[in-house]
Amino acid sequence: MSVEFCGMTLAHPVINGSGTFDAIAARGAFGEALEREFPFAAFVSKTITLQARVGNPPPRLWEVPAGLINSIGLPNRGLEGYLAEDLPALSGWLPVPLITNVMGSSAAEISQLLRACDAREEIAAIELNVSCPNVHTGLDIGADPRQLEAVLSEVRGDTHKPLIVKLTPNTADVGACARAAQEGGADAVSLINTLRAMALVPRRAELRRVAGHQLEERVAEGSDSRERQAATVNPSGRWLGGGTGGLSGAAIRTVALAQVAAAVASVEIPVIGMGGVQCEAHAQDLLDVGAKLVAVGTESFRDPLVGGRIARELTAGPA
Amino acid sequence: MPAACTRALASPHRRLLKVTANERLGAYSVLRVGDPDGPLPAPGQFAMLAAAEGWGGGEEGRPYLARAFSVARVRDGEAHYLLEDVGPGTRGLCALAPGDGVLALGPLGRGFSLPQEERRALLVGGGVGIAPLAILQDALTQTGSASTVLLGFRDAAHAVGARLLSGAILATDDGSVGHAGLVTELLAAELERDGHAVVYACGPAPMLEAVRALCAARVTPAELALEAGMACGFGACYGCVVPARDGRYLRVCVDGPVIDAGELDHVDAHAGAPT
Repeated sequence: MSVEFCGMTLAHPVINGSGTFDAIAARGAFGEALEREFPFAAFVSKTITLQARVGNPPPRLWEVPAGLINSIGLPNRGLEGYLAEDLPALSGWLPVPLITNVMGSSAAEISQLLRACDAREEIAAIELNVSCPNVHTGLDIGADPRQLEAVLSEVRGDTHKPLIVKLTPNTADVGACARAAQEGGADAVSLINTLRAMALVPRRAELRRVAGHQLEERVAEGSDSRERQAATVNPSGRWLGGGTGGLSGAAIRTVALAQVAAAVASVEIPVIGMGGVQCEAHAQDLLDVGAKLVAVGTESFRDPLVGGRIARELTAGPA
Repeated sequence: MPAACTRALASPHRRLLKVTANERLGAYSVLRVGDPDGPLPAPGQFAMLAAAEGWGGGEEGRPYLARAFSVARVRDGEAHYLLEDVGPGTRGLCALAPGDGVLALGPLGRGFSLPQEERRALLVGGGVGIAPLAILQDALTQTGSASTVLLGFRDAAHAVGARLLSGAILATDDGSVGHAGLVTELLAAELERDGHAVVYACGPAPMLEAVRALCAARVTPAELALEAGMACGFGACYGCVVPARDGRYLRVCVDGPVIDAGELDHVDAHAGAPT
Protein backbone atom coordinates (compact mmCIF):
# COMPACT_ATOMS: atom_id res chain seq x y z
CA MET A 1 0.00 0.00 0.00
CA SER A 2 2.44 2.64 -1.19
CA VAL A 3 1.44 6.21 -0.44
CA GLU A 4 2.07 9.39 -2.39
CA PHE A 5 2.97 12.10 0.11
CA CYS A 6 4.22 15.57 -0.85
CA GLY A 7 5.83 14.24 -4.01
CA MET A 8 7.44 11.27 -2.24
CA THR A 9 6.40 7.68 -2.84
CA LEU A 10 6.43 5.91 0.52
CA ALA A 11 6.22 2.12 0.84
CA HIS A 12 3.49 2.37 3.46
CA PRO A 13 1.82 5.04 5.63
CA VAL A 14 3.78 4.53 8.88
CA ILE A 15 6.64 6.84 9.89
CA ASN A 16 8.20 7.78 13.26
CA GLY A 17 7.45 10.79 15.39
CA SER A 18 10.41 13.17 15.64
CA GLY A 19 12.60 12.46 18.66
CA THR A 20 11.33 8.95 19.23
CA PHE A 21 13.80 6.97 17.10
CA ASP A 22 17.51 7.60 16.62
CA ALA A 23 18.41 5.72 13.46
CA ILE A 24 22.14 6.17 14.04
CA ALA A 25 22.06 4.84 17.61
CA ALA A 26 19.69 2.02 16.61
CA ARG A 27 22.07 1.02 13.79
CA GLY A 28 24.79 0.79 16.42
CA ALA A 29 22.69 -1.43 18.68
CA PHE A 30 21.13 -3.69 16.05
CA GLY A 31 23.58 -3.61 13.13
CA GLU A 32 22.57 -4.39 9.56
CA ALA A 33 19.39 -6.13 10.70
CA LEU A 34 17.94 -2.66 11.18
CA GLU A 35 18.44 -1.84 7.48
CA ARG A 36 16.67 -5.00 6.38
CA GLU A 37 13.73 -4.42 8.69
CA PHE A 38 13.61 -0.66 8.95
CA PRO A 39 10.23 -0.09 10.59
CA PHE A 40 9.27 3.23 8.99
CA ALA A 41 8.44 4.38 5.45
CA ALA A 42 10.35 7.61 6.08
CA PHE A 43 12.70 8.54 8.90
CA VAL A 44 12.07 11.78 10.78
CA SER A 45 15.14 13.13 12.59
CA LYS A 46 15.08 14.52 16.07
CA THR A 47 14.76 18.29 16.23
CA ILE A 48 17.79 20.17 14.94
CA THR A 49 18.44 23.71 16.17
CA LEU A 50 20.85 26.34 14.91
CA GLN A 51 23.15 26.00 17.92
CA ALA A 52 24.07 22.71 19.58
CA ARG A 53 22.10 21.88 22.73
CA VAL A 54 23.06 19.48 25.53
CA GLY A 55 19.45 19.09 26.63
CA ASN A 56 17.81 19.33 30.03
CA PRO A 57 19.41 18.15 33.27
CA PRO A 58 18.17 14.75 34.45
CA PRO A 59 15.84 13.31 35.58
CA ARG A 60 14.24 13.43 32.15
CA LEU A 61 11.61 10.70 32.39
CA TRP A 62 8.58 9.89 34.48
CA GLU A 63 6.32 6.93 33.81
CA VAL A 64 2.60 7.54 34.29
CA PRO A 65 -0.40 5.24 33.81
CA ALA A 66 -0.23 4.17 30.15
CA GLY A 67 2.23 6.87 29.26
CA LEU A 68 5.44 8.74 29.74
CA ILE A 69 6.37 12.32 30.57
CA ASN A 70 9.66 13.34 29.01
CA SER A 71 11.70 16.45 29.51
CA ILE A 72 14.61 15.84 27.17
CA GLY A 73 15.22 19.40 26.04
CA LEU A 74 16.02 18.75 22.38
CA PRO A 75 19.70 17.74 22.66
CA ASN A 76 21.36 17.89 19.25
CA ARG A 77 24.66 18.73 17.60
CA GLY A 78 23.30 21.93 16.10
CA LEU A 79 22.80 22.57 12.40
CA GLU A 80 26.49 22.50 11.53
CA GLY A 81 27.09 19.25 13.43
CA TYR A 82 24.00 17.65 11.95
CA LEU A 83 25.06 18.44 8.40
CA ALA A 84 28.68 17.46 8.98
CA GLU A 85 28.21 14.34 11.13
CA ASP A 86 24.65 13.00 11.22
CA LEU A 87 23.90 13.20 7.48
CA PRO A 88 27.06 11.25 6.55
CA ALA A 89 26.30 8.73 9.32
CA LEU A 90 22.89 8.07 7.72
CA SER A 91 23.90 8.13 4.09
CA GLY A 92 24.55 4.89 2.27
CA TRP A 93 22.37 2.71 4.47
CA LEU A 94 19.15 4.53 5.44
CA PRO A 95 16.66 2.68 3.25
CA VAL A 96 13.89 5.31 3.36
CA PRO A 97 13.55 9.05 2.68
CA LEU A 98 14.91 11.36 5.38
CA ILE A 99 12.70 14.08 6.84
CA THR A 100 14.73 16.56 8.88
CA ASN A 101 12.96 18.21 11.79
CA VAL A 102 14.14 21.74 12.64
CA MET A 103 13.21 24.38 15.20
CA GLY A 104 14.02 28.06 15.49
CA SER A 105 12.97 30.83 17.82
CA SER A 106 12.51 33.48 15.15
CA ALA A 107 11.75 33.71 11.44
CA ALA A 108 15.41 34.58 10.83
CA GLU A 109 16.62 31.42 12.60
CA ILE A 110 14.09 29.22 10.85
CA SER A 111 15.05 30.77 7.55
CA GLN A 112 18.68 29.85 8.10
CA LEU A 113 17.76 26.26 9.02
CA LEU A 114 15.52 25.84 5.98
CA ARG A 115 18.08 27.24 3.55
CA ALA A 116 20.81 24.95 4.88
CA CYS A 117 18.57 21.88 4.63
CA ASP A 118 17.37 22.91 1.18
CA ALA A 119 20.93 22.66 -0.08
CA ARG A 120 21.34 19.01 0.95
CA GLU A 121 20.04 16.37 -1.40
CA GLU A 122 20.05 13.71 1.35
CA ILE A 123 17.07 15.51 2.88
CA ALA A 124 13.76 14.66 1.22
CA ALA A 125 11.51 16.94 3.25
CA ILE A 126 11.63 19.29 6.22
CA GLU A 127 9.43 19.20 9.29
CA LEU A 128 9.24 22.43 11.27
CA ASN A 129 8.75 22.10 15.03
CA VAL A 130 6.78 25.18 16.07
CA SER A 131 6.55 24.25 19.76
CA CYS A 132 9.18 26.86 20.47
CA PRO A 133 8.81 30.22 22.18
CA ASN A 134 9.24 33.15 19.81
CA VAL A 135 12.17 35.23 21.08
CA HIS A 136 10.25 38.37 20.20
CA THR A 137 6.84 37.56 21.69
CA GLY A 138 7.55 34.80 24.23
CA LEU A 139 4.61 32.83 22.86
CA ASP A 140 5.06 29.41 21.29
CA ILE A 141 5.23 30.12 17.57
CA GLY A 142 2.72 27.38 16.82
CA ALA A 143 0.26 28.22 19.60
CA ASP A 144 -1.16 31.35 17.98
CA PRO A 145 -2.58 31.10 14.44
CA ARG A 146 -1.73 34.67 13.40
CA GLN A 147 1.85 34.39 14.59
CA LEU A 148 2.25 30.97 12.96
CA GLU A 149 0.98 32.17 9.59
CA ALA A 150 3.16 35.27 9.72
CA VAL A 151 6.34 33.35 10.49
CA LEU A 152 5.64 30.70 7.85
CA SER A 153 4.90 33.30 5.19
CA GLU A 154 8.26 34.84 5.91
CA VAL A 155 10.26 31.59 5.60
CA ARG A 156 8.30 29.56 3.05
CA GLY A 157 10.40 30.82 0.17
CA ASP A 158 13.60 29.51 1.77
CA THR A 159 13.11 25.92 0.65
CA HIS A 160 11.76 24.12 -2.37
CA LYS A 161 11.51 20.91 -0.39
CA PRO A 162 8.18 19.78 1.06
CA LEU A 163 7.56 21.64 4.33
CA ILE A 164 5.63 19.87 7.07
CA VAL A 165 4.55 21.88 10.12
CA LYS A 166 4.51 19.91 13.38
CA LEU A 167 1.67 21.50 15.32
CA THR A 168 1.53 21.84 19.07
CA PRO A 169 -1.49 20.45 20.93
CA ASN A 170 -1.00 23.04 23.68
CA THR A 171 -3.22 25.63 22.04
CA ALA A 172 -6.81 26.78 22.17
CA ASP A 173 -7.82 25.87 18.62
CA VAL A 174 -5.67 23.35 16.79
CA GLY A 175 -7.90 23.54 13.71
CA ALA A 176 -7.19 27.26 13.40
CA CYS A 177 -3.46 26.57 13.77
CA ALA A 178 -3.59 23.91 11.05
CA ARG A 179 -5.41 26.39 8.80
CA ALA A 180 -2.79 29.04 9.56
CA ALA A 181 -0.01 26.60 8.64
CA GLN A 182 -1.72 25.93 5.31
CA GLU A 183 -2.20 29.64 4.63
CA GLY A 184 1.44 30.23 5.52
CA GLY A 185 2.49 27.79 2.83
CA ALA A 186 2.91 24.44 4.59
CA ASP A 187 2.68 21.37 2.34
CA ALA A 188 1.43 19.22 5.23
CA VAL A 189 0.82 19.36 8.96
CA SER A 190 1.69 16.75 11.58
CA LEU A 191 0.18 16.36 15.03
CA ILE A 192 0.05 15.88 17.92
CA ASN A 193 3.22 16.81 19.73
CA THR A 194 3.36 15.94 23.44
CA LEU A 195 0.93 17.50 25.93
CA ARG A 196 2.55 19.72 28.55
CA ALA A 197 2.69 17.82 31.83
CA MET A 198 4.44 17.75 35.19
CA ALA A 199 5.34 15.32 37.97
CA LEU A 200 6.38 15.98 41.56
CA VAL A 201 9.04 14.20 43.56
CA PRO A 202 7.22 11.29 45.18
CA ARG A 203 6.14 11.84 48.77
CA ARG A 204 7.25 9.48 51.49
CA ALA A 205 4.23 7.20 51.36
CA GLU A 206 4.53 6.88 47.60
CA LEU A 207 8.24 6.25 47.41
CA ARG A 208 8.19 2.52 47.89
CA ARG A 209 5.23 2.12 45.56
CA VAL A 210 6.40 4.18 42.62
CA ALA A 211 10.14 4.73 42.81
CA GLY A 212 12.80 2.81 40.98
CA HIS A 213 15.14 0.95 43.25
CA GLN A 214 18.04 3.34 42.95
CA LEU A 215 15.92 6.14 44.33
CA GLU A 216 14.84 3.72 47.02
CA GLU A 217 18.43 2.85 47.86
CA ARG A 218 19.46 6.46 47.74
CA VAL A 219 16.76 7.30 50.22
CA ALA A 220 17.48 4.26 52.38
CA GLU A 221 21.19 4.93 52.54
CA GLY A 222 21.19 8.43 53.90
CA SER A 223 20.81 9.33 57.53
CA ASP A 224 18.55 12.20 56.56
CA SER A 225 14.81 11.87 56.47
CA ARG A 226 13.27 10.67 53.23
CA GLU A 227 11.60 14.01 52.77
CA ARG A 228 14.92 15.78 52.97
CA GLN A 229 16.51 13.28 50.59
CA ALA A 230 13.67 13.73 48.15
CA ALA A 231 13.96 17.48 48.41
CA THR A 232 17.66 17.33 47.50
CA VAL A 233 16.72 15.61 44.24
CA ASN A 234 14.99 18.79 43.20
CA PRO A 235 14.40 21.56 45.66
CA SER A 236 11.36 22.83 43.80
CA GLY A 237 9.62 19.52 44.38
CA ARG A 238 9.33 18.95 40.64
CA TRP A 239 10.68 15.59 39.54
CA LEU A 240 11.83 16.50 36.03
CA GLY A 241 15.07 18.43 35.69
CA GLY A 242 13.38 20.64 33.13
CA GLY A 243 10.48 21.41 35.49
CA THR A 244 7.76 20.40 33.06
CA GLY A 245 7.73 17.93 30.20
CA GLY A 246 5.54 16.43 27.52
CA LEU A 247 3.12 13.56 27.95
CA SER A 248 3.06 10.82 25.31
CA GLY A 249 1.98 7.22 24.93
CA ALA A 250 -1.37 5.46 25.08
CA ALA A 251 -2.60 8.03 27.60
CA ILE A 252 -2.91 10.71 24.87
CA ARG A 253 -4.46 8.60 22.10
CA THR A 254 -8.01 9.89 22.31
CA VAL A 255 -6.81 13.50 22.53
CA ALA A 256 -4.75 12.89 19.40
CA LEU A 257 -7.69 11.42 17.54
CA ALA A 258 -9.83 14.48 18.30
CA GLN A 259 -7.09 16.93 17.33
CA VAL A 260 -6.20 15.09 14.11
CA ALA A 261 -9.88 15.06 13.14
CA ALA A 262 -10.09 18.80 13.85
CA ALA A 263 -7.01 19.47 11.71
CA VAL A 264 -8.30 17.33 8.83
CA ALA A 265 -11.57 19.26 8.90
CA SER A 266 -9.70 22.57 8.68
CA VAL A 267 -7.25 22.04 5.82
CA GLU A 268 -6.90 20.63 2.32
CA ILE A 269 -3.21 19.71 2.70
CA PRO A 270 -2.31 16.21 3.97
CA VAL A 271 -2.20 15.51 7.69
CA ILE A 272 0.20 13.19 9.54
CA GLY A 273 -1.57 11.84 12.61
CA MET A 274 0.16 10.60 15.74
CA GLY A 275 -0.33 10.17 19.45
CA GLY A 276 -0.44 6.95 21.42
CA VAL A 277 -0.50 4.57 18.46
CA GLN A 278 0.32 1.07 19.70
CA CYS A 279 -1.20 -1.22 17.08
CA GLU A 280 -2.86 -1.41 13.68
CA ALA A 281 -6.31 -0.51 15.05
CA HIS A 282 -5.02 2.74 16.53
CA ALA A 283 -3.30 3.63 13.25
CA GLN A 284 -6.46 2.79 11.33
CA ASP A 285 -8.46 5.13 13.60
CA LEU A 286 -6.22 8.04 12.59
CA LEU A 287 -6.46 7.08 8.89
CA ASP A 288 -10.23 6.81 9.25
CA VAL A 289 -10.52 10.40 10.47
CA GLY A 290 -8.54 11.51 7.44
CA ALA A 291 -4.83 11.30 8.23
CA LYS A 292 -2.67 10.54 5.19
CA LEU A 293 0.23 9.10 7.22
CA VAL A 294 0.49 7.83 10.76
CA ALA A 295 3.48 8.24 13.04
CA VAL A 296 4.52 5.96 15.89
CA GLY A 297 6.41 7.42 18.83
CA THR A 298 6.52 6.13 22.39
CA GLU A 299 5.51 2.62 21.37
CA SER A 300 8.81 2.30 19.50
CA PHE A 301 10.55 2.66 22.87
CA ARG A 302 8.80 -0.55 23.91
CA ASP A 303 9.27 -2.35 20.61
CA PRO A 304 11.67 -0.89 18.02
CA LEU A 305 10.03 -2.75 15.12
CA VAL A 306 6.41 -1.97 15.98
CA GLY A 307 6.11 0.52 13.09
CA GLY A 308 6.83 -2.21 10.57
CA ARG A 309 4.37 -4.58 12.19
CA ILE A 310 1.62 -1.96 12.10
CA ALA A 311 2.38 -1.28 8.44
CA ARG A 312 2.15 -4.98 7.56
CA GLU A 313 -1.13 -5.31 9.42
CA LEU A 314 -2.56 -2.23 7.70
CA THR A 315 -1.56 -3.66 4.34
CA ALA A 316 -3.15 -7.01 5.13
CA GLY A 317 -6.45 -5.26 5.85
CA PRO A 318 -9.09 -6.24 8.40
CA ALA A 319 -8.87 -9.82 9.61
CA MET B 1 44.16 0.83 30.77
CA PRO B 2 41.29 -1.51 29.98
CA ALA B 3 40.87 -2.73 26.44
CA ALA B 4 38.17 -1.37 24.18
CA CYS B 5 34.63 -1.88 25.42
CA THR B 6 32.84 -4.94 24.25
CA ARG B 7 29.32 -5.40 23.02
CA ALA B 8 27.25 -7.97 21.22
CA LEU B 9 24.63 -6.78 18.75
CA ALA B 10 20.97 -7.33 19.57
CA SER B 11 18.28 -8.32 17.16
CA PRO B 12 15.87 -5.41 16.67
CA HIS B 13 13.09 -7.93 17.33
CA ARG B 14 11.61 -7.98 20.80
CA ARG B 15 11.77 -11.70 21.48
CA LEU B 16 9.16 -13.74 23.35
CA LEU B 17 11.04 -16.01 25.77
CA LYS B 18 9.90 -18.38 28.51
CA VAL B 19 10.70 -18.17 32.20
CA THR B 20 12.47 -21.37 33.26
CA ALA B 21 12.84 -20.53 36.96
CA ASN B 22 12.28 -17.69 39.39
CA GLU B 23 14.00 -18.40 42.69
CA ARG B 24 14.37 -16.41 45.88
CA LEU B 25 17.87 -15.36 46.86
CA GLY B 26 17.49 -13.60 50.21
CA ALA B 27 15.81 -10.26 49.55
CA TYR B 28 16.19 -10.78 45.79
CA SER B 29 14.87 -13.06 43.06
CA VAL B 30 16.90 -14.68 40.33
CA LEU B 31 14.79 -14.79 37.16
CA ARG B 32 16.00 -17.36 34.67
CA VAL B 33 14.87 -17.05 31.08
CA GLY B 34 15.41 -19.66 28.39
CA ASP B 35 17.30 -18.08 25.51
CA PRO B 36 19.29 -20.82 23.78
CA ASP B 37 19.41 -19.03 20.41
CA GLY B 38 19.92 -15.46 21.58
CA PRO B 39 23.10 -13.46 21.05
CA LEU B 40 25.65 -14.08 23.79
CA PRO B 41 25.86 -10.90 25.91
CA ALA B 42 29.17 -9.37 26.85
CA PRO B 43 29.60 -8.90 30.62
CA GLY B 44 27.96 -5.60 31.57
CA GLN B 45 25.38 -5.59 28.79
CA PHE B 46 21.70 -5.44 29.65
CA ALA B 47 18.28 -6.33 28.31
CA MET B 48 14.93 -4.55 28.35
CA LEU B 49 12.43 -6.93 29.95
CA ALA B 50 8.65 -6.90 30.20
CA ALA B 51 6.20 -9.61 31.18
CA ALA B 52 4.35 -10.81 28.09
CA GLU B 53 1.01 -10.55 29.91
CA GLY B 54 -0.38 -7.74 32.06
CA TRP B 55 2.18 -5.16 31.02
CA GLY B 56 1.72 -1.92 29.14
CA GLY B 57 -1.87 -1.01 29.73
CA GLY B 58 -3.46 -3.04 32.47
CA GLU B 59 -5.98 -1.61 34.90
CA GLU B 60 -3.34 0.38 36.72
CA GLY B 61 -1.67 1.45 33.49
CA ARG B 62 1.73 0.68 34.98
CA PRO B 63 4.18 -0.78 34.32
CA TYR B 64 4.05 0.72 30.85
CA LEU B 65 7.64 0.69 29.65
CA ALA B 66 10.00 -2.27 29.72
CA ARG B 67 12.66 -2.25 32.45
CA ALA B 68 16.43 -2.49 32.01
CA PHE B 69 18.32 -5.30 33.76
CA SER B 70 21.96 -6.27 33.59
CA VAL B 71 22.49 -9.83 32.49
CA ALA B 72 23.78 -11.52 35.65
CA ARG B 73 24.83 -14.81 34.09
CA VAL B 74 24.42 -16.93 30.98
CA ARG B 75 24.50 -20.67 31.58
CA ASP B 76 23.03 -23.71 29.84
CA GLY B 77 20.98 -21.65 27.39
CA GLU B 78 19.47 -19.50 30.12
CA ALA B 79 20.00 -15.85 30.92
CA HIS B 80 19.84 -14.96 34.62
CA TYR B 81 18.61 -11.62 35.96
CA LEU B 82 18.78 -10.39 39.56
CA LEU B 83 15.58 -8.65 40.66
CA GLU B 84 14.49 -6.73 43.72
CA ASP B 85 10.81 -5.90 44.13
CA VAL B 86 10.82 -2.12 44.47
CA GLY B 87 8.17 -0.92 42.03
CA PRO B 88 5.46 -2.05 39.63
CA GLY B 89 7.92 -3.25 36.98
CA THR B 90 10.14 -5.31 39.22
CA ARG B 91 7.05 -6.56 41.08
CA GLY B 92 5.56 -7.86 37.84
CA LEU B 93 8.77 -9.66 36.91
CA CYS B 94 9.27 -11.06 40.44
CA ALA B 95 5.79 -12.60 40.19
CA LEU B 96 6.56 -14.58 37.02
CA ALA B 97 6.49 -18.37 37.20
CA PRO B 98 8.13 -21.02 35.03
CA GLY B 99 6.38 -21.13 31.66
CA ASP B 100 5.35 -17.46 31.72
CA GLY B 101 6.38 -15.29 28.78
CA VAL B 102 8.95 -12.51 28.88
CA LEU B 103 9.47 -9.97 26.11
CA ALA B 104 13.18 -9.26 25.85
CA LEU B 105 15.18 -6.82 23.77
CA GLY B 106 18.91 -7.24 23.99
CA PRO B 107 21.75 -7.57 24.68
CA LEU B 108 22.17 -3.81 24.67
CA GLY B 109 24.82 -1.28 25.56
CA ARG B 110 28.57 -1.45 26.10
CA GLY B 111 30.00 -3.98 28.49
CA PHE B 112 33.15 -4.23 30.61
CA SER B 113 36.56 -4.64 29.04
CA LEU B 114 38.89 -7.26 30.46
CA PRO B 115 42.00 -6.26 32.45
CA GLN B 116 45.28 -5.44 30.77
CA GLU B 117 48.86 -4.91 31.96
CA GLU B 118 48.37 -7.87 34.32
CA ARG B 119 46.36 -5.72 36.66
CA ARG B 120 44.27 -7.69 39.11
CA ALA B 121 40.53 -7.25 38.83
CA LEU B 122 38.73 -5.74 41.80
CA LEU B 123 34.97 -6.21 41.53
CA VAL B 124 32.98 -3.86 43.73
CA GLY B 125 29.22 -4.19 44.00
CA GLY B 126 26.39 -2.79 46.06
CA GLY B 127 22.88 -4.17 46.45
CA VAL B 128 21.15 -5.38 43.31
CA GLY B 129 24.05 -3.80 41.40
CA ILE B 130 26.13 -6.92 41.96
CA ALA B 131 24.37 -8.53 38.96
CA PRO B 132 26.77 -7.64 36.12
CA LEU B 133 29.76 -8.52 38.30
CA ALA B 134 28.67 -12.18 38.34
CA ILE B 135 28.89 -12.58 34.55
CA LEU B 136 32.13 -10.59 34.63
CA GLN B 137 33.57 -12.95 37.23
CA ASP B 138 32.56 -15.89 35.03
CA ALA B 139 34.39 -14.33 32.08
CA LEU B 140 37.48 -13.59 34.16
CA THR B 141 37.52 -17.16 35.47
CA GLN B 142 37.31 -18.48 31.92
CA THR B 143 40.35 -16.46 30.92
CA GLY B 144 42.23 -17.66 33.99
CA SER B 145 42.28 -14.22 35.64
CA ALA B 146 41.94 -13.98 39.38
CA SER B 147 39.48 -11.49 40.78
CA THR B 148 38.83 -10.05 44.21
CA VAL B 149 35.15 -9.46 44.92
CA LEU B 150 33.93 -6.87 47.43
CA LEU B 151 30.18 -6.58 47.94
CA GLY B 152 28.09 -4.33 50.14
CA PHE B 153 24.50 -4.79 51.29
CA ARG B 154 22.19 -3.09 53.73
CA ASP B 155 21.56 -6.19 55.91
CA ALA B 156 21.85 -9.96 56.16
CA ALA B 157 18.74 -10.66 54.04
CA HIS B 158 20.21 -8.71 51.15
CA ALA B 159 23.70 -10.11 51.71
CA VAL B 160 22.37 -13.54 50.70
CA GLY B 161 22.59 -12.13 47.18
CA ALA B 162 26.37 -12.46 47.40
CA ARG B 163 25.94 -16.16 46.59
CA LEU B 164 25.58 -15.05 42.97
CA LEU B 165 29.37 -14.65 42.96
CA SER B 166 32.07 -16.80 44.50
CA GLY B 167 34.54 -15.82 47.19
CA ALA B 168 33.06 -12.40 47.95
CA ILE B 169 34.24 -10.30 50.88
CA LEU B 170 31.19 -8.66 52.42
CA ALA B 171 30.19 -5.45 54.12
CA THR B 172 26.77 -4.61 55.53
CA ASP B 173 25.37 -1.30 56.69
CA ASP B 174 24.02 -2.86 59.90
CA GLY B 175 27.08 -5.01 60.56
CA SER B 176 25.08 -8.24 60.55
CA VAL B 177 27.41 -9.87 58.01
CA GLY B 178 31.05 -9.11 57.28
CA HIS B 179 32.56 -5.67 57.69
CA ALA B 180 30.25 -3.24 59.46
CA GLY B 181 30.30 -0.29 57.13
CA LEU B 182 30.69 0.58 53.48
CA VAL B 183 32.06 -1.63 50.74
CA THR B 184 34.16 1.32 49.63
CA GLU B 185 36.08 1.07 52.91
CA LEU B 186 37.02 -2.47 51.87
CA LEU B 187 38.04 -1.13 48.47
CA ALA B 188 40.28 1.53 50.01
CA ALA B 189 42.05 -1.14 52.06
CA GLU B 190 42.52 -3.38 49.00
CA LEU B 191 43.95 -0.56 46.92
CA GLU B 192 46.27 0.30 49.80
CA ARG B 193 47.45 -3.29 49.91
CA ASP B 194 48.03 -3.63 46.16
CA GLY B 195 47.19 -0.73 43.88
CA HIS B 196 48.11 -2.46 40.58
CA ALA B 197 44.48 -3.16 39.86
CA VAL B 198 41.55 -2.32 37.64
CA VAL B 199 38.25 -1.70 39.40
CA TYR B 200 34.88 -2.81 38.04
CA ALA B 201 31.96 -1.43 39.99
CA CYS B 202 28.18 -1.42 39.94
CA GLY B 203 25.78 -0.24 42.62
CA PRO B 204 23.92 2.80 43.89
CA ALA B 205 25.11 6.22 42.74
CA PRO B 206 26.71 7.25 46.08
CA MET B 207 28.74 4.03 46.12
CA LEU B 208 29.86 4.53 42.52
CA GLU B 209 30.81 8.12 43.29
CA ALA B 210 32.94 6.95 46.22
CA VAL B 211 34.59 4.32 43.98
CA ARG B 212 35.21 6.94 41.29
CA ALA B 213 36.79 9.35 43.76
CA LEU B 214 38.99 6.66 45.34
CA CYS B 215 40.24 5.43 41.98
CA ALA B 216 40.77 8.94 40.62
CA ALA B 217 42.89 9.86 43.65
CA ARG B 218 45.07 6.78 43.11
CA VAL B 219 45.06 6.90 39.31
CA THR B 220 43.59 3.41 39.28
CA PRO B 221 41.60 2.59 36.14
CA ALA B 222 37.94 1.95 36.86
CA GLU B 223 34.88 1.01 34.88
CA LEU B 224 31.51 1.87 36.36
CA ALA B 225 28.29 0.16 35.31
CA LEU B 226 25.68 2.89 35.72
CA GLU B 227 21.98 2.63 36.09
CA ALA B 228 19.35 5.11 34.97
CA GLY B 229 15.65 5.05 34.33
CA MET B 230 15.33 4.52 30.59
CA ALA B 231 12.40 4.24 28.24
CA CYS B 232 13.92 2.37 25.30
CA GLY B 233 17.43 0.96 25.88
CA PHE B 234 18.71 1.64 22.35
CA GLY B 235 19.40 5.34 22.17
CA ALA B 236 16.03 6.62 21.02
CA CYS B 237 14.58 8.45 23.99
CA TYR B 238 17.59 10.37 25.38
CA GLY B 239 16.08 9.94 28.84
CA CYS B 240 18.85 8.04 30.63
CA VAL B 241 21.61 10.64 30.57
CA VAL B 242 24.44 11.29 33.02
CA PRO B 243 26.69 14.34 32.89
CA ALA B 244 30.16 13.74 31.45
CA ARG B 245 33.35 15.57 32.33
CA ASP B 246 33.29 17.59 29.11
CA GLY B 247 29.86 19.09 29.82
CA ARG B 248 27.93 16.81 27.50
CA TYR B 249 25.47 14.19 28.63
CA LEU B 250 26.15 10.51 28.00
CA ARG B 251 23.30 8.12 27.28
CA VAL B 252 23.63 5.25 29.73
CA CYS B 253 21.99 2.87 27.23
CA VAL B 254 24.34 3.34 24.25
CA ASP B 255 27.38 5.17 25.67
CA GLY B 256 27.21 2.82 28.70
CA PRO B 257 26.01 1.27 30.87
CA VAL B 258 29.73 0.60 31.49
CA ILE B 259 31.53 3.92 31.40
CA ASP B 260 35.20 4.62 32.04
CA ALA B 261 35.32 6.47 35.37
CA GLY B 262 37.69 8.99 33.80
CA GLU B 263 34.86 10.27 31.61
CA LEU B 264 32.88 11.41 34.65
CA ASP B 265 33.43 14.33 37.00
CA HIS B 266 31.08 12.74 39.47
CA VAL B 267 28.37 10.08 39.49
CA ASP B 268 25.17 12.01 39.70
CA ALA B 269 22.49 10.87 42.10
CA HIS B 270 19.92 11.66 39.40
CA ALA B 271 20.99 8.57 37.47
CA GLY B 272 18.34 6.54 39.25
CA ALA B 273 15.22 8.15 37.83
CA PRO B 274 12.35 5.74 38.33
CA THR B 275 10.44 4.42 35.38
